[in-house]
Amino acid sequence: MNKEQSLPVLEVRQLKTYFQLERAPYAVVDDISFDLHAGKTLAIVGESGCGKTVTALSILGILPTPPMLYSEGEIIYRGRNLLTISEKEMFKIRGSTIAMIFQDPTNALNPVYTIGNQLLEVVELHLQLHGEEALERVINALKEVGISSPEERLYDYPHQLSGGMKQRIMIAMALICEPDILIADEPTTALDVTIQAQVLDLMRNLQQKNGMSILLITHDMGIVAEIADEVAVMYASQIIEKGPVQEIFQHMAHPYTRALFNSRPGHGAVQGKLHAIKGSVPPLNNYPTGCRFHPRCPYIMEKCKQGVVQNFCIENPSHKAKCWLYDASPESQAKLEYKSMRGKE
Amino acid sequence: MTEALLEVRNLRKYFPIYSGILRQKTADVNAVDGIDFTIYPGDVLGMVGESGSGKSTVGRASIRLIEPTSGEISFLGQNLLEFNKKQLKDVRRNFQMVFQSPYASLNPRKTIGDAIGEGLLYHGLVKNRNEQMDKVAEILTLVGLSPDMIRRYPHQFSGGQQQRICIGRAIAIEPKLIVCDEAVSALDVSVQAQVLNLLAELKHKMGLSYLFISHDLSVIRHLCDRVVVLYLGKVMESASTEELFKNPKHPYTQALLSAIPISHPGEVKNRMILKGEIPSSINPPSGCPFRTRCPYAQPICALTPPKKEIFDPKTGKPDHVYHCILD
Repeated sequence: MNKEQSLPVLEVRQLKTYFQLERAPYAVVDDISFDLHAGKTLAIVGESGCGKTVTALSILGILPTPPMLYSEGEIIYRGRNLLTISEKEMFKIRGSTIAMIFQDPTNALNPVYTIGNQLLEVVELHLQLHGEEALERVINALKEVGISSPEERLYDYPHQLSGGMKQRIMIAMALICEPDILIADEPTTALDVTIQAQVLDLMRNLQQKNGMSILLITHDMGIVAEIADEVAVMYASQIIEKGPVQEIFQHMAHPYTRALFNSRPGHGAVQGKLHAIKGSVPPLNNYPTGCRFHPRCPYIMEKCKQGVVQNFCIENPSHKAKCWLYDASPESQAKLEYKSMRGKE
Repeated sequence: MTEALLEVRNLRKYFPIYSGILRQKTADVNAVDGIDFTIYPGDVLGMVGESGSGKSTVGRASIRLIEPTSGEISFLGQNLLEFNKKQLKDVRRNFQMVFQSPYASLNPRKTIGDAIGEGLLYHGLVKNRNEQMDKVAEILTLVGLSPDMIRRYPHQFSGGQQQRICIGRAIAIEPKLIVCDEAVSALDVSVQAQVLNLLAELKHKMGLSYLFISHDLSVIRHLCDRVVVLYLGKVMESASTEELFKNPKHPYTQALLSAIPISHPGEVKNRMILKGEIPSSINPPSGCPFRTRCPYAQPICALTPPKKEIFDPKTGKPDHVYHCILD
């Protein structure tokens, strides 16, 4: 797990994506930086509206304009900044070396073409294969994702398949060009638990086989525990905590991460009251100053209300949290002690 | 033991499929195929299953929102299926539903005051508009919203708040039973926790019972007293929540429980990954419907599986029922 050993395949630096809202620009993704390492899985966790999907779509440059205005910062992939290269070059990358699977496979597949047709399109465009060769490739891809009798399934339309099957088709479509990076946006949210287990298992196996990196976007801490190597927690457009999965689960540093984890049923308290986070996520055009979580935070201090919060290291240098509790001042130390006492209760 | 609030016996609901030029009935979708369950006052009964297992149909058929094909439903000893329209209107005061998508279940052109207050006027619980609005303000406070919001429209609220409004609308006429059909599935975890806390609190305050339909086992575990596991319109297993999670007997329940994601990255879970998907309910497999995916399936499973009961040592009554040839 040494950083020198596995070079990042994707480096995101100070990414900001602006959306137009009521005639003013607002940063939906605000100053986000992370590295995606080869063969590893990075999970971006957060609630709806925190900007996790927009982060993924910014990488591929497929956000509709408007409402999207522009993205700033750097997304370095194979030595080039994806935000500045031409659309023609981006076209070669998108879908072939960086592929994506979406939350709802029903909406992501075209209902008027057979799945064979849609898969062949990918192969013809990106791999320049035609005829028999292309067909063989498609059939192999379908076999790889565990679809039985793929020769017959090729002539099916999306509506003839179940949700789990459609998600497998999406995965096959994403992996057919053997991408370096797979962006999976809530890949199992629309699926039943037993099918979710199948799909996660499939993704894990394919990753081991192909050695690709996965950028997983999810709201489910359980799925993070299942397949992630590294975690970034997002709240109100910012990454507020980041680190290796073991570290994060052992010492949840940011009060939001902890609250998000504890609000799941069956983890804080099995019966009785759940630890809900009071209040709600602030709207995009009305973010609080200072730490954006401070109005809902149980450990609020005076300095949380103003200014920019720095990133502080927690135990391990690779584990960082955007929270004043870790600045080692006497005030925050006292709060931390109180926090660990409450944690033990 | 106390009298059952709702007792459902052998409930069936078949949806006919018509095809051809003459639109003749060619097949049935066996959405619900002989289900028994009982809800006692103050109890929360969880109904869990994958999509297509018929759990929503059970929820609707058991309060006669859709007409069951056959079966018996008794509400406080009265047979619900024999009621005429007039009687049904009166008895419906006792049932309410909360749906999955709060936005889709609120009328966008009605203020939330009107939405919550409509049932009050319809059932004659308030005499005039003033009384209605006073009562609505009371309900809004009860579900954790501010009474000043009474004139707002649904789109001015967040998803969690909208679900609170739907819950407010359900409790307005003081029902005895609320059917929650995936009521928290569309919400974020932190909001989900708030709504689950609200449901638990209201149950205490108002003595409500819930039929809680969900696919999420951790939510079921948190809220429910008893759980019924459905698969293709049939009950696989039913038990008290504690017993079911501690001692699952049916292979399907075991598979469902093992599919719950782990809670810590280091955790090792002996996972039972099922092959294939839930079959179509037009032509369900004979005997045990789960046998096509069951790792322990034997030829004998094509026959109706035996019903097995485990008795609770404390009360001496059957507490845990499952249908499987395995012990």
